[in-house]
Amino acid sequence: MDILMPRLSDTMEEGVVASWHAKVGDEVHAGDVLVEIETDKALMEHESYQDGVLTEILVPEGGSADIGAPIGRMRVAGEPEDGAAAPTGAVEGSAPAQPEAPAEPAAAATPSTPDTATAAAVPSGAPSGTVAPAAGTNGARVRATPLVRRLARESGVDLGTLTGSGPGGRIIRADLDRATPAPAAAPAPVEQPAAVAVPVTEDDEVTPLGSMRRTIARRLADSMRTAPHFYLTRTVDAGPMGQLRAELNAKLVAADRPKISLNDIVLRAVAVALRRHPEMNSSFGEDAIVTHNRVHVGMAVATPAGLVVPVLRDADTRSLTDIAGTARELAGKARDRKLSPAEMTGSTFTVSNLGMFGVDQFTAVINPPEAGILAVGALREEPGVVDGAVAVVKRMTVTLSVDHRVVDGAQGAQFLADLAQLLENPWLAVV
Amino acid sequence: MSAPTTARPAAAGTTTMSYRQALHDTLRNELLRDENVLLMGEEIGRFEGSYKITAGLLDEFGPKRVKDTPIAEEGFTGAAVGAAMLGLRPVVEVMTINFSLLALDQIINHAAKIYGMFGGQAKVPLVIRTPGGGGQQLAATHSQNVELFYAFTPGLKVVAPSNPADAKGLLLAAIADDDPVLFLENLALYNTKGEVPNDDTPIEIGRAAISRPGTDITLIGYSRTARMALEAADRLAAKGFDAEVVDLRSLRPLDRRTVVESVRKTSCAVVVEDDWLTYGIGAEVAASISDGAFDWLDAPVRRVAMAEVPLPYAKSLETAALPAVDDIVVAAEQTLRATGRG
Repeated sequence: MDILMPRLSDTMEEGVVASWHAKVGDEVHAGDVLVEIETDKALMEHESYQDGVLTEILVPEGGSADIGAPIGRMRVAGEPEDGAAAPTGAVEGSAPAQPEAPAEPAAAATPSTPDTATAAAVPSGAPSGTVAPAAGTNGARVRATPLVRRLARESGVDLGTLTGSGPGGRIIRADLDRATPAPAAAPAPVEQPAAVAVPVTEDDEVTPLGSMRRTIARRLADSMRTAPHFYLTRTVDAGPMGQLRAELNAKLVAADRPKISLNDIVLRAVAVALRRHPEMNSSFGEDAIVTHNRVHVGMAVATPAGLVVPVLRDADTRSLTDIAGTARELAGKARDRKLSPAEMTGSTFTVSNLGMFGVDQFTAVINPPEAGILAVGALREEPGVVDGAVAVVKRMTVTLSVDHRVVDGAQGAQFLADLAQLLENPWLAVV
Repeated sequence: MSAPTTARPAAAGTTTMSYRQALHDTLRNELLRDENVLLMGEEIGRFEGSYKITAGLLDEFGPKRVKDTPIAEEGFTGAAVGAAMLGLRPVVEVMTINFSLLALDQIINHAAKIYGMFGGQAKVPLVIRTPGGGGQQLAATHSQNVELFYAFTPGLKVVAPSNPADAKGLLLAAIADDDPVLFLENLALYNTKGEVPNDDTPIEIGRAAISRPGTDITLIGYSRTARMALEAADRLAAKGFDAEVVDLRSLRPLDRRTVVESVRKTSCAVVVEDDWLTYGIGAEVAASISDGAFDWLDAPVRRVAMAEVPLPYAKSLETAALPAVDDIVVAAEQTLRATGRG
């Protein structure tokens, strides 16, 4: 049987074989790690589903393959030596080749589709469009016809960027054609054509885009193109935050417990503010705004391979030390590329902190389909006015990027005001 | 037709004739060709058949080959099953498909199963011709299309020609077939005319026909509804839509491949049946489309069928209950609109 490239995350389109854990001829048992796959986000171990012998490696280490494409072959226990024609278990979402049209043999008594009609009985001539298709990226439901889903898959179009004109807002072929007026006959290249050709000289080094970099490029370009961003900046008095951190850490160290960082306090304050402002804890669906009842804060983490966003689930209900411990663990996994897809999906708002690099302030691109992202700058000392006299004060500047489709300026400003209140009085966020 | 002066030129070309005439001529030619072929049924001899399909055949072939039977559908159908098992090739006429319900046990329990139940030791080369369909003001028990019961049953073949040429080609194939074949006619089709090939080439059972090629939408029908679909396609053409019509011709085996390939081309479909909607042949076709052309569909498959009532006698109510060309056109337009093309 063929070993197929597994689908390991929502955004994965192809994977790279990082390492084979078995050699050709090795005996493999169900549950053994067969191969390690590098996806757009992580390194994932892929286990064998069955007992057998690895007979062929089709994609060597470092090679890449589309989801569902065979990367190796194994002979399953009981299968004959030449077992080439074993049926391949279809991997979810894979369509490497043209499926055959079902054909009924001419012989009389051979029902060829034994039980296809198990779906809901729809009364006569019922209006269409009541069946929910699979969820789109991050759970936002995209209504699109199967034809559109296939064409979008083949041409690399993100359906989340289209508006449907069919019944119930369904995306139909005509919408896709309007969005991509490319020649219909020739299959579109997988990559979006680069807007500007880059002249390359012999002094330049060319690094092909890895799948992770490609995903980052696509998602963030989509975000900037489709979400109308506006930015709200506010500078807060960070003195109390620094003081709280110092006092807590002194006690934590004495109790032999791990320390907390300024970023942990910011994450906690953001979570509390989001609980009070559900409009910021929302996502833009094509024909609806989805308000999330749980607060899952994503934290942007820079890794050598690129940006990843692990998620602190239910961050508003966690203690500060719990957040600190989880954030440290997730950041460590992110740098080692050991995050599971579950640990990287489902965030409802994201925090990006470049303070540790000395950046005073910056603006961040929204992690779609969330309504906003907070860019956190460094805590800095500067002259300020305290009680009518100039004194040295500690300040921090935060910038909120907001998707104007979901949230308006005043709402964003109120959220930011509440957040500033929490940052300047951090014990309110902590207790 | 008179005997040809030379064999070849006469075999080529076509002749215009009615569906009724095509059936009559084919039966006569088969009686001439093979002495094992015999006809059985109520009033097919002296009365020449309720629909005059067998006109003149008793006189020409005598009572051994053209048998009038008593009003006893289960009895004479069972006798035909036995005759077929012993090597004859009986063609039974059941006056209407409604009366075939009285012979269900012989057809479903015996004709369909004997080959398999006895390990292939006996074949049942039996043809059961029977007309169905509403629209004749014959009321609820005489106006049905219960072909679903037979298409549902493995071991039977079920064909339903929509035009004189297919009536000839499929009847030749049915008589030549070693399995029992339900040969469905439709009262509304008997007087329709068309070009019929002069040669005796059978039409393979299990092959649908593209009776009108098109690119915008697939209309699928069989028997009378295939003809209605062609009319609907003409009406759609006048509105600028290029509909493709698939005539199933055979309900078992069902030519899923032709259906699926057509829908892959057009991305949407309307299935038309002259019968109740629920659990019907249209449902089977729609499921096949979903199975084989899911990734090509740009709108849900729609079905047009008759109202789910016992068919009324009153003409106005009967007309209202039966599917009409208008209904197909409306369903097609709604489907095209759902794809943004309508």
